[in-house]
Amino acid sequence: MTAVIPQRPVGGRLVDQFEYGLDAPICLTWELTYACNLACVHCLSSSGRRDPRELTTAEAEGVIDELQRMQVFYVNVGGGEPTVRPDFWHLLDYAIGHDVGVKFSTNGVKLNRERAAQLAATDYVDVQISLDGATAEVNDRVRGTGSFATAVTALENLAEAGMKDFKVSVVVTRENVGQLDEFRALTDRYGAQLRITRFRPSGRGADVWDQLHPTQAQQRELYSWLLANGDRVLTGDSFFHLSAYGEALPGLNLCGAGRVVCLIDPVGDVYACPFAIHEQFLAGNVRGEGGFQRVWQQSDLFQELRSPQTGGACTKCAHFDACRGGCMAAKFFTGLPLDGPDPECVQGYGESALAARDLDLVKPKSHLDHSHTGPVRGQPTLLGMPAIPALPTPTPPARICDESPLAGVPLA
Amino acid sequence: MDPTAPAADDSVPAASDPAAFDPALPWRRARSVALRPEPFGALVYHFGNRKLSFLKSKTLVTVVETLADHPSADATLVACGVPGAQRPAYVKALADLARSQMIERREPSA
Repeated sequence: MTAVIPQRPVGGRLVDQFEYGLDAPICLTWELTYACNLACVHCLSSSGRRDPRELTTAEAEGVIDELQRMQVFYVNVGGGEPTVRPDFWHLLDYAIGHDVGVKFSTNGVKLNRERAAQLAATDYVDVQISLDGATAEVNDRVRGTGSFATAVTALENLAEAGMKDFKVSVVVTRENVGQLDEFRALTDRYGAQLRITRFRPSGRGADVWDQLHPTQAQQRELYSWLLANGDRVLTGDSFFHLSAYGEALPGLNLCGAGRVVCLIDPVGDVYACPFAIHEQFLAGNVRGEGGFQRVWQQSDLFQELRSPQTGGACTKCAHFDACRGGCMAAKFFTGLPLDGPDPECVQGYGESALAARDLDLVKPKSHLDHSHTGPVRGQPTLLGMPAIPALPTPTPPARICDESPLAGVPLA
Repeated sequence: MDPTAPAADDSVPAASDPAAFDPALPWRRARSVALRPEPFGALVYHFGNRKLSFLKSKTLVTVVETLADHPSADATLVACGVPGAQRPAYVKALADLARSQMIERREPSA
């Protein structure tokens, strides 16, 4: 089917322009491998085992060349655990040498003193250490025994090497939402910056979403915390569904999937968003004729995503302009219609939509699963263990910002 | 005049306040900045501070790209055919770009 391409307006707000897409992504996530030493219960890409079809070093270099031609000025590299790819450090240098800056997410497993010193001496690279609890107790339940210690060692090594502006990246869950101030104290200790993002029911996250996604009361507290604390906290613009509480959060309050955002997965498949690894959101493959550029600019799927939402229950809601209906992936993987409310809709429409789902409904599941098939050392204990009750949210200190390159950009 | 200021070129008074934007002076796109064309204008990226900004009209793109060819920002606006009524909006956009170091002062050409 050929999409009818809607007419882009001239002038107006940038956020409206973004709905019609850009010639190249602003925020491109590239997962280099599905291999991972951990087995986090909520992994968005169901990672664990390497895919034998993984892009080769030469193919990855080809993608970087293309990104340089398209003027994609930086990429968010992840996985899996990207640093377990033997050519990771080579690809990092190759990208930087081709005007493609790299921000990579890691659990810290390879960041020994030598690597930390190497990174500190490299311009144009950002590091994010993943941590999903401010204490080993909370973190290791979801990320695995010993993973807190590994991350903290990496943070120590980076700080000692004099690395600047590295990040601690936290997925906000029911169990750690009460630790936001503790996270900040922890990041301050290493001269790092705190980045918090929304937990989505993607990958293995779908299996634990009911158990781990923040309650309505916690969302309200999170919103207040974000309004009060933003100046040193990055969010990847991922909490825009909370804007429907009233005050818009800074950054891009819009689903960027296929418009300004996309994912290249380890085998070169291009999806609309890192949280949407599912055939329905697969736009093409970088190995195909025309490469990534053709997929981004011409795929039917992305053309279809590049228009403002005009129908559905949400467009009639008074808060639609604030939250824009929320997160596409969160709706999809909870079995909700894409033009309806986000499952975590702060006005409560998500809860009623979830309750109204057909009892026989089979929630969509990704065709991909690279999870480890056998036991993993330090396996997370969340499954099969009684949940730790969430801590009360401490009173917040002061202000707003986010990590998005759009920070400070007037989007109105 | 601030006696502690370096005895720099007095003919460049704005040098003590790099953020100030004077449209009567010569400017250029900063050397570490790249423009990526977009349907609505352009995306602006600063390789040094990694900041991203957007130019919301194609005329503004032409203005930024041709700043270096004209003796002043004012002259650039005229050469690019910016109507008088829109001049304040363009001056404000350029001032914002100067503040975020996307455009920079250049020495007057000899």
